[in-house]
Amino acid sequence: MLYIVRRIAYAIPILIGVNLITFALFFMVNSPDDMARVHLGNKYVTEQEIDNWKEERGYNEPPFYNSQSIGIERYTHTLFFEKSLSLFAFEFGISDGGRNIGSDIKQRMFPSLAIAIPILLIGLLADITVAMLMVFFRGSYVDTVGVISCVVLMSISALFYIISGQFLIGKVLQLVPISGYYDSWLGLKFVILPVIVGILSGIGSGARWYRTLFLEEINKDYVRTARAKGLSEIAVLYKHVLKNALIPILTGIVVLIPTLFMGSLLLESFFSIPGLGSYTIDAIHQQDFAIVRSMVFLGSVLYILGLVLTDIVYTVVDPRIRLS
Amino acid sequence: MNLSFKFVILPTDALLWLVFLIIMGFVLFARGKMQLAAHWYQVFHRRPLTIIAAALLGVFLSISLLDSIHYRVMLPQNNNSDPNFYDAHISSVFDKIVSPLGTQTEKTYSSPLSSDPDLKNHYHILGTDKIGQDVFYVSLKSIRTGIVIGILTTLVMLPFALFLGLIAGYFQGLADDIIQYIYTTLSSIPGVLLIAASVLSMHIFIEKNPLAFPNIAERADLRLLSLCVILGITSWTTLCRLLRAEALKLREMDYVQAALSVGVRKTRIIFRHILPNVMHIIMIVIVLDFSSLVLAEAVLSYVGVGVAAETFSWGNMINSARLELAREPVVWWPLTAAFLLMFILVLSANIFADAVRDAFDPRLRKRR
Repeated sequence: MLYIVRRIAYAIPILIGVNLITFALFFMVNSPDDMARVHLGNKYVTEQEIDNWKEERGYNEPPFYNSQSIGIERYTHTLFFEKSLSLFAFEFGISDGGRNIGSDIKQRMFPSLAIAIPILLIGLLADITVAMLMVFFRGSYVDTVGVISCVVLMSISALFYIISGQFLIGKVLQLVPISGYYDSWLGLKFVILPVIVGILSGIGSGARWYRTLFLEEINKDYVRTARAKGLSEIAVLYKHVLKNALIPILTGIVVLIPTLFMGSLLLESFFSIPGLGSYTIDAIHQQDFAIVRSMVFLGSVLYILGLVLTDIVYTVVDPRIRLS
Repeated sequence: MNLSFKFVILPTDALLWLVFLIIMGFVLFARGKMQLAAHWYQVFHRRPLTIIAAALLGVFLSISLLDSIHYRVMLPQNNNSDPNFYDAHISSVFDKIVSPLGTQTEKTYSSPLSSDPDLKNHYHILGTDKIGQDVFYVSLKSIRTGIVIGILTTLVMLPFALFLGLIAGYFQGLADDIIQYIYTTLSSIPGVLLIAASVLSMHIFIEKNPLAFPNIAERADLRLLSLCVILGITSWTTLCRLLRAEALKLREMDYVQAALSVGVRKTRIIFRHILPNVMHIIMIVIVLDFSSLVLAEAVLSYVGVGVAAETFSWGNMINSARLELAREPVVWWPLTAAFLLMFILVLSANIFADAVRDAFDPRLRKRR
């Protein structure tokens, strides 16, 4: 318990660091004046218009120290406090386009999860199954062909999977709609294709990685003992090898779980799913820095949460590990 | 002497050639060292696939190197004009070699190998794209962008990772804490977002100072270079972490302790005793990263934070061609060409990376 509290306390300086980096990127390198110019059109903008734009969005304060205020407000009435530190309270504020970012995020979280959770779970199952198959037939042609196809699959751009999937299944065969989203069970047909594409684009590197993990375990003494007991190869693989390979597998997975909320940028934007991934891409295209800033902060909070979660899961999976 | 052209050295040209010379120097150096030569012998020995992959990589690299010698042609003189008057368009030696390809343009799309009489008597192996440019030419020109991103990013990332990783691992204490803090903070920010944020900031900077970059080609080249720098700064953390862990392990080794006890200076220990023993990690990570960087370029171009729109790149080709699949008849060739060339480059890089890892990773060597 104490350990977890300490880990979370350790996260705070990191988040402050993230905050400083984003603040430097968005407010120091380019002043709010530049942002205003980009949004209002580069030429023929009067000073008055820029001031109005900044006033409306609260960008008209000095970065760190406000000499015109009194007392504590000298530090609170600043860009850093209002735009950056407020993120710690998950106050995301208003986007440059005038929408409430907090409620946008809450709304768009679920479509992201609807895509990301199936991809993670089914993908994991598929990767492990393929890897197990290769390990079961290790040294034979099945293994060689498997490894080669993994390398080939991971050499293909993710964009190719998406575009060819949409073209082949959506346009030529017309099995599912090319893109879109519907917020109920009827929307299942919209989800199938992105999930398949997501799994397929990850299977090459995933299966190959798990295969190396399993192969590292397979020559250890406990495996020999299990075989000597007369267990079948399948029982050895699934009961003993898989369990012992869980630690590195979980390290890779648990970090991902919180970031699932962020969604997949590419999949969501190609399949027009109104999740957080497409939200971010739209923000980047529209140069809406308020949204990008919020997403950066949210992303790093979730990543750190994932790290803490990984440590906790370790103790559950492997009783030998004690957190201290 | 009156040359009819003038060399133009773009920043990425210089750096790419620099890297090439470093690699060549390393090859010459490795030939003399038994240990290193033995590793490289293992990479190629009885591995026909690796040899093919390496040959393909060599072809891609030579194309991009030839494409990195730029010059401007002198314009025909009028009788009273300035004698030193050069074309604003920058061409490369590679353009010269494949010379008819770049200039033979059509009005609009034409399918591969088409011999339609409307074409201006030109023959396009892979057809032409929307503005009538030869697709084969465009996809060959894109090789340079892919290679530049794959190689120069590593060049940027390497000093950070090497310096900070070894210092953190060897000296520990406060330096270790600070360096660990820096890379945990950087890696906690989602990669694409950090890249996007930096690139967007840079765009505004370039827009704000239009006069600093007079030439379109120079501006595009600067964007390519800064993309490499940004990718490098966001991606050094993985290698740094690996190197720190390895240095932590190596500093306790007997031979390092022995060197310390006879009074070898710490900087010398790092350079003579630790650095050569982490070389295999560096080697493996560099080659593995290359392919993922080439793939990342296409994704970043789609997100809108990739190279400039004027730059030839597979990302830009895919980005502008993906909607063409919805046309009737389907325009598939620009997309296919871009994906195919990218696939060949990434696949050969992956095969080569596997061979390098098998030969250099001491754990894998033991198993064999």
